[in-house]
Amino acid sequence: MIREFPCVSCPLGCLLRVELGEGVIRIEGHRCPRGEAYAREEVTDPKRVLATSVKVLGGDYPLVSVRTDRPIPKRLIPQAMAVIRKLAVDAPVSIGQEILSDLLGTGARLIATRSVRKASASDEGDPSLGGQGQPPVEKGDLPES
Amino acid sequence: MRISVDVAVVGGGAAGMAAAKAAAEAGAKTLLLEREERLGGVLDQCIHPGFGLHRYREELTGPEFSYRLLSELARTSAEVLSGTTVLSVQPGPELLCANQKGLLRVQAKALVWAGGARERPFGPLLIPGTRPAGIFTAGLAQKLVNIHGLLPGRRALILGSGDIGLIMARRLHLEGVEVVGVAEIRPFPGGLLRNVAQCLEDFGIPLFLRHTVAQVHGRKRLSGVTLVEVDERGQLLPGTEKFFSVDTLVLSVGLIPELRPVEHFLVWDHSRRWPWVNSFWQTAAPWLFLAGNSLTVFDLVDTVARVGEEAGRNAARYALGDLPPVSTLPLRGGENVAVLVPQACIPGEPVSLFLRVPKPMDQAVIRVGGVYEKNHKYLRPAEMVEIKLPAEATTALAGKNEALVEVCPQ
Repeated sequence: MIREFPCVSCPLGCLLRVELGEGVIRIEGHRCPRGEAYAREEVTDPKRVLATSVKVLGGDYPLVSVRTDRPIPKRLIPQAMAVIRKLAVDAPVSIGQEILSDLLGTGARLIATRSVRKASASDEGDPSLGGQGQPPVEKGDLPES
Repeated sequence: MRISVDVAVVGGGAAGMAAAKAAAEAGAKTLLLEREERLGGVLDQCIHPGFGLHRYREELTGPEFSYRLLSELARTSAEVLSGTTVLSVQPGPELLCANQKGLLRVQAKALVWAGGARERPFGPLLIPGTRPAGIFTAGLAQKLVNIHGLLPGRRALILGSGDIGLIMARRLHLEGVEVVGVAEIRPFPGGLLRNVAQCLEDFGIPLFLRHTVAQVHGRKRLSGVTLVEVDERGQLLPGTEKFFSVDTLVLSVGLIPELRPVEHFLVWDHSRRWPWVNSFWQTAAPWLFLAGNSLTVFDLVDTVARVGEEAGRNAARYALGDLPPVSTLPLRGGENVAVLVPQACIPGEPVSLFLRVPKPMDQAVIRVGGVYEKNHKYLRPAEMVEIKLPAEATTALAGKNEALVEVCPQ
């Protein structure tokens, strides 16, 4: 059997061809060793980085975006989503913060991919929906002429 | 209030952040204006991985890429004014802006416009039927799910297989929405093949090629969608209708560059509908530079950031009197060129050309004015091609009236 699929190791997207019999017989189409490794893994136990979001309590955003810090087996994605759906974290959350240390025994950590501040007293719910959140001007103030 | 700067940058997404950073690093007094309260643009809601492989040599999500770029910007002298909308632009350039404190005039010597793109909405598609709730553009659905934590519906069909549509098919599926399929009017997917594989095939979501929405149904809320097959010329084929009971229709049917406040300064190629820029990303109005998706829709944010940096650096040079007028050589998109930027190079200077083909081609040769030729495999409309013309090639073009850029299938 021959399986063809695009490589996702980098944006080049080489078209990989894997000949399968009793295991992997031949791999073609890759232009680097990462592509070959990806092709082998993809036909044996495909893995994906899972990106989703987790509920935040008392934050200026209702959610914090998260991802696994390494690819996890694709077959575990539905179970992983069921676990992640039940999580909640208290604000503030900082980018890179660990949200879960070992997702389903895969060894993968779930990490925040953005920072969420504590909601200030003047916040009315989700500021991005029109409440008067504190405007997080990133740096400096008005340059005066 | 009045502010005077060397370089004003409009739009705080990837292109604008990169442009402001580069302009400040080049010694220009730089001000970045952003309409939203936060910088990052669309990156903020693109929580999926796949960003940064070129620029940072690792795979990041949108918010992480945005954070990296913001950190680079914060190390420069560039000032940022968020929550501020540009109302109009006058030559000079002078910008009239508004924010919660009132009106603001920004006097600059050069402007980098990095206003991004907007999604094509439902109206212009002229789809028959009712006009119920439950029809969303993909980017709006993405913002609802990823920023606000709201699901648009329970059972969804996606029209258009652009990358945002594919990404949203996966995202909605993961959040428990039943995604009945993605319909694409063309015979090939609109997005990257990696996204077809990882967003649809991974989760068994069907892709209906050569299909479009014939009709939407429902009174207050969408109750269903009728799909129909189309032939090679895009004509609907009667008798091929299929009804899907869905409460949500998500549209991923193209992005339209946002250029409105500066469009009257641009010279347009009428046949192709793109604004003229030279290899400095400088428009026909020499003080105006374009960057990011407001120039053309790029595939990769890494490229957007790189082009943004170039535009910012050149805008700084112009503002500081260090970018003299040069004679440029027009580049014309010929056979099988659907998109070409920039449309002029400077003889003797290397240049990167970005082009898109109108249809898939398995084997093709890209030729530029008889001085450059390269074989390419698997050209796809969804995948922008970068052609790096070395200085020798542009030197050889000197003295010609124009250079034709064409893609010849083999």
